[in-house]
Amino acid sequence: MTEPVIEAANVSKSFGSGPAWVQALKNVNLTLNGGELTVLMGPSGSGKTTLLSILGCMLAPSGGTVRVCGTSTSGARPEELAKIRRQHIGFVFQAYHLFSTLTAAENVLLALDVRGERGPKAMAKTEETLASVGLTSKMASFPRQLSGGEQQRVAIARAIVAEPSAILADEPTAALDAVNGQATMTILSTIAKERGRAVLVVTHDPRLFGFADRIVHIEDGSVTREQFTDLKSI
Amino acid sequence: MNVASDFMLNDKCIRNGVRGGDAAATTSLSKFHFSAGTEALNMSLVFTLALRNLFQDRLRFIASLMGIVFSVVLVLVQMGLYFGFSGMITTMIDHTSTDLWIVSTGAKYFEDLSLLNTRMRDRLLAIEGVSEVVPGVVGFSAWSLPDGAMTSVVVVGSDVADHGVSPWNVVEGSAQSLATPGTVVIDRTYFDRLGVSGGVGATAQIRALPVTVGAVTDGIRSFTTTPYVFTDLRGARAYIGLPGGFTSHFLVRLKPGADIERTRQNILSNISGIQALTPDQFREQSRSFWLFSTGAGAALVAGALLGVIVGTVIVAQTLYSSTKDHLYEFATLRAMGASNSYIYQVIICQALVNAIIGFVIAALIGAAIVHFTAKSALQVVITPNLIIELFFVTIFMCIVSAITAIFRVVRVDPAIVLTR
Repeated sequence: MTEPVIEAANVSKSFGSGPAWVQALKNVNLTLNGGELTVLMGPSGSGKTTLLSILGCMLAPSGGTVRVCGTSTSGARPEELAKIRRQHIGFVFQAYHLFSTLTAAENVLLALDVRGERGPKAMAKTEETLASVGLTSKMASFPRQLSGGEQQRVAIARAIVAEPSAILADEPTAALDAVNGQATMTILSTIAKERGRAVLVVTHDPRLFGFADRIVHIEDGSVTREQFTDLKSI
Repeated sequence: MNVASDFMLNDKCIRNGVRGGDAAATTSLSKFHFSAGTEALNMSLVFTLALRNLFQDRLRFIASLMGIVFSVVLVLVQMGLYFGFSGMITTMIDHTSTDLWIVSTGAKYFEDLSLLNTRMRDRLLAIEGVSEVVPGVVGFSAWSLPDGAMTSVVVVGSDVADHGVSPWNVVEGSAQSLATPGTVVIDRTYFDRLGVSGGVGATAQIRALPVTVGAVTDGIRSFTTTPYVFTDLRGARAYIGLPGGFTSHFLVRLKPGADIERTRQNILSNISGIQALTPDQFREQSRSFWLFSTGAGAALVAGALLGVIVGTVIVAQTLYSSTKDHLYEFATLRAMGASNSYIYQVIICQALVNAIIGFVIAALIGAAIVHFTAKSALQVVITPNLIIELFFVTIFMCIVSAITAIFRVVRVDPAIVLTR
């Protein structure tokens, strides 16, 4: 595998205080490497989303450190964390979270716009990225005019158009049928393999194991098992 | 496993036109839409996003615009009335050519009847620098209507030959007709009020004395809405009931090169119980009395302020509600790493679009109001400066309104996008 993109060392996270105190993560160590698709598995409430939020610099850990492309996020202010996300991380959400008032192309272009990339080059990049997920003919369509699978592919295009080092996907296939789910995972896997990005997919769908280079199991806030095997046969 | 590859292959096929005419046409069309939608707004998507967010909920947008329009029209009308009143308060002073106005100590404005002895004229003429002293009479009287009822009028008396306070904007007849005793000049705005239907040649009575309309003016209106009636000096005294030896003001004109301030001081030091005011001073004193001492101006300014407050609240409420509706989109923007300033731009852009569209509509309504009140007794005067200032007030109002929405967005946790 290539160099580490996101490294979490002894990360813990707790919420609330007194009787409402909950420890969501306990000393989690996890490294996401470029060119690798990691699947994060675990039951509901196991801490998957919390870990994804911390790895994605949306949530600060209570303890431990997170490094993104060598930069520590410790003590970073929200605006600095936003800058790290802008520069290094792309997100794919279960509910797509596309902008309903923007076309597919504009949704993708937006990811470049927030990075200050505008003009013909940005548009060429947008067209190219949408083409890479098979949506050339849907560029002028609004999200309501797209199927769930198409919306998720727009979301993936938005996540990758700025060529971030890491793609974090939260249950990207949960709202899709089997065919579209497989298609989505194929695209994510291709991004990891062909573009050398670190891809983390949070899921509880065992059918996705086939795409994983590594499976990380999390339970009660702790990583319980990590498998680096050829799991294509599972 | 090959689905994505299929997509890519399909995509390639579409791009290469292998799939046939329809597919190729669709592709070209979608590219055209995309280009037309984004190249035109090459700079940033902020404006597109803001505009589409606003237009998505048209009812809310219309409600917001109505709030702004109501607010701006209210401010325009209030300030327009303020300027209209200001103009009417000083209209006689503005249209009289003199260097100094001499009125009694207690007189606060043009129509404020105060008595000066006519013998003062000789004392004024004796002061160094004074060239000409013209007496004038102003006072309220009763105009008899055809049905026997009476209405108040302000009689303005001055002899035509002396170039005192004379009518202007004469649209029918001649101001020179005032040289004939028993002749009056009235404004066409007050024809109905005075029961006059024929214009020049119409007859009426003031304090039971017969008068004939010798000329008609257009646009000479009084702040108090009581009609002005111009006449000669002698007639004015008779209509007001003023004894022959009294007048209400003197117009003092100076010799060429005479220093106004020095002459003014000389007058004040030689004659007691009077005010010697330059036209500017008299204007200021009149405005100050009517607009601030009576509270009329304060009421207008308060109304205008109320308009700004109402507008701010309505726009703030709309923007806040729109922001709440798009909260997940703003959270997504934050998750994507958008800076705070980028998000603020979207909200402020929405506020500015509201402001500009609302202002344009309000300005058009304002123009209509100006048009329809131009000939009325209650004129709304909207100056170019007022329009420019109000435009900036509207922009400021909408930006202030955006603050609540910005506070809401600042508190958004980007991680909420992972929980829905």
